[in-house]
Amino acid sequence: MAEAAQMQVSDEVAVQIENMNKWYGTFHVLRDIDLTVYRGERIVIAGPSGSGKSTLIRCINALEEHQKGRITVDGTLLSSDLKNIDKIRSEVGMVFQHFNLFPHLTILENCTLAPIWVRKTPKREAEETAMHFLEKVKIPEQADKYPGQLSGGQQQRVAIARSLCMRPRIMLFDEPTSALDPEMIKEVLDTMVELAEEGMTMLCVTHEMGFAQAVANRVIFMDAGQIVEQNEPKEFFNNPKHERTKLFLSQILGH
Amino acid sequence: MSDTHQQSIGYVRDSMLPQATPPASETGAVKWVRQNLFLNIPNSILTLVAIFVLYKLLAGFLPWFLNGVWDAPSIRACREVLDGDAGGCFAVLTERWNQLLFGFKYPSELYWRPTLAFVLLFVAIAPVLFRKVFPAQMLIFTALYPFIAYFLIWGGSILIPIFALLGFVAGYLVYSRFVTQSFAMGFFGGIVAAFVFWWITGLLPIEGILALEPVASRDMGGFMLNLILGTVCVSLSIPFGIALALGRQSDMPIIKWICVVFIEFIRGVPLITLLFVANVVLAYFLPPGTNFDLILRVIIMITMFASAYIAEVIRGGLAALPRGQYEGAESLGLDYAQSMRLIILPQALKISIPGIVNVAVGLFKDTTLVSVISMFDLVGMIRGPILASTEWNGVYWELLGFAALLFFVVCYGISQYSQWLERQLQTDHR
Repeated sequence: MAEAAQMQVSDEVAVQIENMNKWYGTFHVLRDIDLTVYRGERIVIAGPSGSGKSTLIRCINALEEHQKGRITVDGTLLSSDLKNIDKIRSEVGMVFQHFNLFPHLTILENCTLAPIWVRKTPKREAEETAMHFLEKVKIPEQADKYPGQLSGGQQQRVAIARSLCMRPRIMLFDEPTSALDPEMIKEVLDTMVELAEEGMTMLCVTHEMGFAQAVANRVIFMDAGQIVEQNEPKEFFNNPKHERTKLFLSQILGH
Repeated sequence: MSDTHQQSIGYVRDSMLPQATPPASETGAVKWVRQNLFLNIPNSILTLVAIFVLYKLLAGFLPWFLNGVWDAPSIRACREVLDGDAGGCFAVLTERWNQLLFGFKYPSELYWRPTLAFVLLFVAIAPVLFRKVFPAQMLIFTALYPFIAYFLIWGGSILIPIFALLGFVAGYLVYSRFVTQSFAMGFFGGIVAAFVFWWITGLLPIEGILALEPVASRDMGGFMLNLILGTVCVSLSIPFGIALALGRQSDMPIIKWICVVFIEFIRGVPLITLLFVANVVLAYFLPPGTNFDLILRVIIMITMFASAYIAEVIRGGLAALPRGQYEGAESLGLDYAQSMRLIILPQALKISIPGIVNVAVGLFKDTTLVSVISMFDLVGMIRGPILASTEWNGVYWELLGFAALLFFVVCYGISQYSQWLERQLQTDHR
């Protein structure tokens, strides 16, 4: 599968990050990040907590502001221009650790809201698309329920479907399985694997190393706000170069 | 039953045994009384004391109420009819009924106009309060209602409310024309357009064209005045409160500080003071000769006061929302206005309902404060013209009890509605 996945990567650039720096107040969270993501690539970002993984992908859709450097998403330069930011956000789907579904709307309304208001899709068409993606994540029967009535795994799959309804060209995952019970992690990972097989460009912050080995074509290891090492998963896990990476891998794979 | 089984089964019951009733002490009223009223000795004592207090209250109230005189020209006539017995003099309510409701200067042959406006009020608010029951098209009437009600209550040329309405339309057209370029441009352009329109039409000689007989603001009074002030101020202060709450959260420092200063200043000043300002001081600041309607001034002051409170209530609701809701909305590409309208405010307002209702109920009762600046609302009528008259001097309980009852009915209704609404909006953990 990894080989098949490899072939879908084009040399078209999806995200280009050049010399990006970010501070929280005086705290230097991200240092000199350079990263190029090609269309169809599936990147897993790993690293100890506090290393800036989440902050990095949140910078890509401007949920966090960077102070220095350039981020180009799908050819659009990310600046403080709100029109550019909204354009990028509508092209980039994001899945959060805590799902962030809208509790006052039904599952279907959660999925149709952005297409209707941002893309100006007619309601009927948006609902058809929503049902299509809800079927894809295997919960079409829950469409008329409210998020509070669903299990964590189901909510996360709805969140993925909600992002997909905008037909994004890039998907960001911010620890999508960290808030889930163990038996629900699999159903979410299965959905993500399926998505990866269809050639979606994905950046995924996760501690699921099995997922990284199965679908990623690049693993990035971050520590203290820097990209320490990046490599193909096989090389990364079997033959880490950097001391810090070896220590990290021994800790999370050791037991 | 088939024949084969007839031998093997000796006896089959073909009807149910009647159920035995549980012991009388364990069911119905007896059990309820025992469990709730006479469970143990202290409980029983409290029950007896409560019954005694209730008895005393009713023994005082019921004869007074049932013995009441409903038809008499004055308090002295009342006393003659009662002839020393305990009894209320409710004749004042029937005799001064119209004054209590409409004040003492509103022309009596025109009472049908505010009454009609009152009835139409229910038609106007029904689609707002019960969205699922009434068709959305009724909201068009709701939008037109303020102008219709103004025309009915104040009278004058029908062109006044029509021009007022057209001013809003003109403002909206300019807004939607320019908002695509920038929100600020559309917003201020719309406001300017509306004012220019009003200013031009204000110069036209429209007096008397298709007119109802005009009634001046100073002739408004009675419970009608409380209802006008209450309805207008509540419906204005909620949108202003929302705007202030959002402004206080704004990233733009000037807007933020304007909102903070406004809210803190208004909350720090008693409403009475603001009403005096409206009544007296404001006149000094206005150019001489301008006739700035008193009711309008009072409406502005009460609205400012209530919106400052509502803004703080809504700020609490906004603060209670997890950060993830903002991020979820942002990550889907919704712009600020959309994410506020569709995601943040529906949830924040739902959380704020009890607080908003609290302010609304308080505001409605506070409309009686206008009696202090010599406006004759329900309480002003009672304290002034009615109690001061020779016929009814001294009928306190009946009049003020009636005022309390009117306010209670409205406020209890608001409170019940809000509880129903909260249950309707309950979507989590069902």
